[in-house]
Amino acid sequence: MKNLFLLFSLMCCFSLYAQDYFPTNSGVKTSSKTMVAFTNATIYVTSEKVVKKGTLLIADGKVIQVGTSVNLPRGTQIINLSGKSIYPSFIDIYSSFGIKKPKKSSVNYTKTQYEASRDGYYWNDHIRPDTNPIKSFSYDKKEALELIKAGFGVVNTHMEDGIIRGNGILVALNSNSTDAYRILDSKSAQYLSFSKSNASRQAYPSSKMGAIALLRQVYNDAYWYAQGKMKNKDMALKALNKNKNLVQIFKADNLLDAFRADKVGDEFGIQYTIVGSGEEFERIEDVKNSKANFIIPVNFTKAYDVSNPLLAQQISLRDMRKWNQEPSNLKVLSENGVRFALTTHSLKSVASFHKNIQKAIQYGFDRKAALASLTNIPAAIIGNNTIGNLNTGSHANFIITSGDVFDSKTIIYENWVQGTKNSIQDMHIKDLSGTYMLHVNNQNYELTISGKGTDQKGVIKKDDNTITSKFSYKDNWVSITLKDGDIYTRMVGKIINAANVMQGNAFDSQENITYWSASKKVQKQDAKKSKLKKTTKEMITALPVSYPNLGFGNYELPKTETILIKNTTVWTGEDIGILKNTDVLLKNGKIVKIGKNLRAKRAKKINGAGKHLTAGIVDEHSHIATSAVNEGAQNSSAEVSIEDVIDPNDINIYRNLSGGTTSIQILHGSANPIGGRSAIIKLKWGENAKNLIYPNSPKFIKFALGENVKQSRYSYGTRFPQTRMGVEQVFIDYFTRAKEYDLIKKSGVPYRKDVEMETLAEILNGERFISCHSYVQSEINMLMKVAEKFNFRINTFTHILEGYKVADKMKEHGVGASTFSDWWAYKFEVNDAIPYNAAIMHNAGVTVAINSDDREMSRRLNQEAAKTIKYGGLSELDAWKTVTLNPAKLLHIDDKVGSIKVGKDADVVLWSHHPMSIYAKVEKTIIEGKIFFDREEDIRKRGLIKKEKSNLIDMMLKEKISGGKTQIPVKRKDRNFECDTFEEL
Amino acid sequence: MKNTLYSILFLLVVGNLLAQQTPANKQSHAYSIEGATAHIGNGQVIENSLLIFSNGKITFIGSAKNKIARQGKVINAKDKHVYPGFIAANSTLGLVEIDAVKASDDQKEIGIMNPHIRSLIAYNTESKVIESMRPNGVLMAQISPRGGTLSGMSSIVQFDAWNWEDAAIKMDDGIHMNWPGSFTQGQVQLGKDVVMKPNLKYPQNLKKIKSYLTNAKNYLEGDNTKAHLPYQATKGLFNGSKKLFIHVNGQKEIIDAVTTCKQSGIKNIVIIHADGANYIADFLLKNEVSVILDRPHKNPNSEDEGYDDTYTIAKKLIDKGLLVCIGMEGEMERMSSRNLPFYAGTFAAHGLDKETALQLITFNTAKILGIDNLVGSLEIGKDATLFISKGDALDMRGNILTDAFIQGRKISLETHQTKLWKRYSNKYSK
Repeated sequence: MKNLFLLFSLMCCFSLYAQDYFPTNSGVKTSSKTMVAFTNATIYVTSEKVVKKGTLLIADGKVIQVGTSVNLPRGTQIINLSGKSIYPSFIDIYSSFGIKKPKKSSVNYTKTQYEASRDGYYWNDHIRPDTNPIKSFSYDKKEALELIKAGFGVVNTHMEDGIIRGNGILVALNSNSTDAYRILDSKSAQYLSFSKSNASRQAYPSSKMGAIALLRQVYNDAYWYAQGKMKNKDMALKALNKNKNLVQIFKADNLLDAFRADKVGDEFGIQYTIVGSGEEFERIEDVKNSKANFIIPVNFTKAYDVSNPLLAQQISLRDMRKWNQEPSNLKVLSENGVRFALTTHSLKSVASFHKNIQKAIQYGFDRKAALASLTNIPAAIIGNNTIGNLNTGSHANFIITSGDVFDSKTIIYENWVQGTKNSIQDMHIKDLSGTYMLHVNNQNYELTISGKGTDQKGVIKKDDNTITSKFSYKDNWVSITLKDGDIYTRMVGKIINAANVMQGNAFDSQENITYWSASKKVQKQDAKKSKLKKTTKEMITALPVSYPNLGFGNYELPKTETILIKNTTVWTGEDIGILKNTDVLLKNGKIVKIGKNLRAKRAKKINGAGKHLTAGIVDEHSHIATSAVNEGAQNSSAEVSIEDVIDPNDINIYRNLSGGTTSIQILHGSANPIGGRSAIIKLKWGENAKNLIYPNSPKFIKFALGENVKQSRYSYGTRFPQTRMGVEQVFIDYFTRAKEYDLIKKSGVPYRKDVEMETLAEILNGERFISCHSYVQSEINMLMKVAEKFNFRINTFTHILEGYKVADKMKEHGVGASTFSDWWAYKFEVNDAIPYNAAIMHNAGVTVAINSDDREMSRRLNQEAAKTIKYGGLSELDAWKTVTLNPAKLLHIDDKVGSIKVGKDADVVLWSHHPMSIYAKVEKTIIEGKIFFDREEDIRKRGLIKKEKSNLIDMMLKEKISGGKTQIPVKRKDRNFECDTFEEL
Repeated sequence: MKNTLYSILFLLVVGNLLAQQTPANKQSHAYSIEGATAHIGNGQVIENSLLIFSNGKITFIGSAKNKIARQGKVINAKDKHVYPGFIAANSTLGLVEIDAVKASDDQKEIGIMNPHIRSLIAYNTESKVIESMRPNGVLMAQISPRGGTLSGMSSIVQFDAWNWEDAAIKMDDGIHMNWPGSFTQGQVQLGKDVVMKPNLKYPQNLKKIKSYLTNAKNYLEGDNTKAHLPYQATKGLFNGSKKLFIHVNGQKEIIDAVTTCKQSGIKNIVIIHADGANYIADFLLKNEVSVILDRPHKNPNSEDEGYDDTYTIAKKLIDKGLLVCIGMEGEMERMSSRNLPFYAGTFAAHGLDKETALQLITFNTAKILGIDNLVGSLEIGKDATLFISKGDALDMRGNILTDAFIQGRKISLETHQTKLWKRYSNKYSK
């Protein structure tokens, strides 16, 4: 009803907005330029500048003047806003208002589409900077109304589709105008994301790291195009270059993606404005250091319904904490000086926007900052100074409220956009809240009214018993229906005397008319006031954040300590072998002394008697701690890098530490012959992605052979190669081209930078090493021959299950082996895999490591090493090297880790037993002198998790019982990445 | 030098083994194993033991100090260890040869209610995966079908046989049921982690099982005029001759499963996997339900669980008085079955004493599978299915077998893998 009225009033003014030079055929041509003045209001000219008892004068959709002494020309319409406030209307700069994105085709295609479907554009369909959504923009009045009601006046909308999405358009929410007036800027900002376009099925990129690599290549190509060096026309690159000077707004799905995007931007001198996820508080220092502007959603998780303990058990601490901590995000951001705007984008309903802001304020978010994040900051980000403020000349976009716009009691009466009024609540409606004595039919009742605006509700009691009744307050008329006993009474009446008394006529069912009245009880007001004060004062503190922010996270990162491990059995991994009753001193993150009866003042002393100390385990082949494994949508993906997608929040990091693993190589998967670049990291639980990576990390890339790369288990494989024969040709082709590329590059002539070719050229130049997934002897031999032809050497064959058949050739080539201890029979090509493989290769002089390729096995590689003793009879020392020094050698990090040697990193593990005994347990895992795993500390952490969970359960029960909305419990599914894990982007 | 020594060493071994017939012939003479540390399988240990067996059965076990006549071939096993053959419960050995080759996969029939399906007839005694079990002391297994709600019947086999009839120790020992989960995977959202939500169909699924069992029972108690193969197959469940193996996870699910099946008149229930069983141990004890645990080498169920929760679970259940053994179902289950002793070893590292841990793959398994009259411990009258190991067989470094016997037959420890090992070691030593 109310909405209808609004729409009607909007339609009436429509004719005002016909363009000046347009002919009129509906009557005579008229023009009207009315001045409107709003007086006696508290006016927020900007979030910083407030004018009390001020006047706002507007005309022709613009602000003429604001101040305390404004001269009002004759004929000015004056609206007295005594006691009310005026704010600039809000701005949402991440919106898809009025723009529908294409639907994903629901047809089930059996064939993968590798090529682009657009002609004359970039080779990848998901790069769409040429999108100008003005073509598909259709002003949506219904959606606009929701935004107007929440106080918004302008949105910057865009086509939310693709990796590069094209430009946005800045639209005033002026529903009774035309696009000719309300579109303030038809090319405002360019939007980006890591998500593919729904408009195309092109498979590349199939992973996040592919999307990241693609972005880089696009920027390189755009540069080349701008130089005029490209032979062809490319409408996408052309558009990208044209949009270069627009604000670049990047939509990140989660906090890790925000950092990933920022990194890519930095590489190309672009500072993205990042659309955040609400998780920024989890790594606020890094958010700060990104120096990016942010656009933050105000969408909070509901509490879980934990009333069923069996279901409640399934919820992870991470998810429970989120509910508790999320509302503090805005406070944390603003206190840390991060510049951010707010968006309603992820909200299911815009109506919840204010409630959520109020919640954030309860958690300490500053009101002034809140206003800035909705007005001047978004305006500044988008580069428009005529919105988000009420300075002279700015758009007359403002809201009129009953008080502080962020108070729950406050009513937004009107939202003016471009000088046009949108009425939301009748300004003259009174606040009736309070308790009244109702007198009718010679009976006394107690009437309690609560709520605001037209939503005020009344409850009637007689002698403390609630009576069936219906109350409504509309257009300044009160109507009450009452059923006392069997008698119905209907009352209508008006408010008299500043809302303290209401009175009128009462009708019974026989239409007999009597008089009724209700007068407010005064004494109740004081109680109410003090209650109100109390609720506004009550500040909520969120639970502390840990790194990462989940169970077993560290509230404080471990510090480098001076540690003296006394009187233990030291497995040096060096020629001196095993030293009994020996001390090891760790200082400044290094191993500084090994010997007997060592002394060190102020060192933390650990009694190692009866225990064994070894170097930390190194896993050559791991897929933990990453958000992606395979970029398999092309037969080569040398352009992608796992370093771009490290996930420091993976619990498997901690679990690996509990098994003594300290360094791992995160490899790309085996979906294609030329895979992606690796990340070599230390498992410093709690650090961010960047700090996990080895400084000056050796460069590696994954190659793969065999069944996976030839798509053996695809029903409809169409990608070259489909046989081992083809695999060889892929390598020869790419290396031939890389050689040509490198020649041009070295010759000094300008060249088109190609990240894939750069990577392959590094291999040819001996700067990057290959770790190749391999199974059968024929292909192993083949790759060595291809490498030799191009004059380089393969560094490592990983898996290498038939390595024992060509161990002599491997030795001659100089390649190392990183194999499973005993896996086999899971596919045809591992039929001849034998557990004696490691021993045979070792005996033939090959450097042999035992790896995991499995997040479970990587936490007990000591046992896997022990199997080389059982199968093939390796000595204990040699067996132990297969998980420490040998993988360190293969990864070219043996100068830092892999053995206990003075000068190497203090990455050591203290074991309860002989480290290769099945009975061995890790007591402590130390990386660079910092204790990252400690058995006793682990038990303490379990206690903390239990305590925090039950604390949160109590809070959630309270939330439910006090009427808060809840959601059904969810259980987090364990992620399991292996070589052939193919996650769709 | 090292290589020559090496090749001499294994040529000696090869010489010893190549002559052996596989499967081995019936035991023709007695064996006396003397001097070994005998791990009986029921928790007991006899140092410096004497073990005698003939005609496939153990005839004596005790201290070597006993002045009784040694019979047949005497094996000096001083400093070595003798163990009863290890038994892998809930395995699919012989039903699949190569995981990724569909043609070699016979573990899962279509349909929901297949109690009449028999795993035994698909069991491939020639499987190369099976022969790789023996050098690690794993000599028997329960072969279970997978899939559906009622997957079918398992059988228990030994690993040295010409065909499935020879292999069978106990045919059709039980029926396997997959109990539905009360959680199901929610919608997968881009950039978000995958979450599981309560399964709204769970109560319906439970009712379906209940009514199936009721109908089966009614059918069996009725006139049976018309054949109904699935119902007929369930007969053993109601008369106690067959066990019901329920594959189930979660406290609620376990309680629902056991209650439903007991109420339907099923006598012997074993639960498999059984996450959460430690919280409802009293309930399980009261209902005489034993537990086949998963391998400890798996990840904890959730992020907040201790890294060692899968290692300490055996101790938790045994402390509560439950009968527990180790089963194999899960990732890479067939090729990993040879690691069965190391799973027991891991449980020993995390709370159990070694002999109790050993029971999880010998005595307890036999008891749970209902074959403890034949195997599972080194006791007089039981099958001479046993082996001699150079060291602690639960530890990778000690699990090195010198001799193994199945029903008294001295079996070959040669496999496809050892042959390749020797062939290629030979190549390089020349």
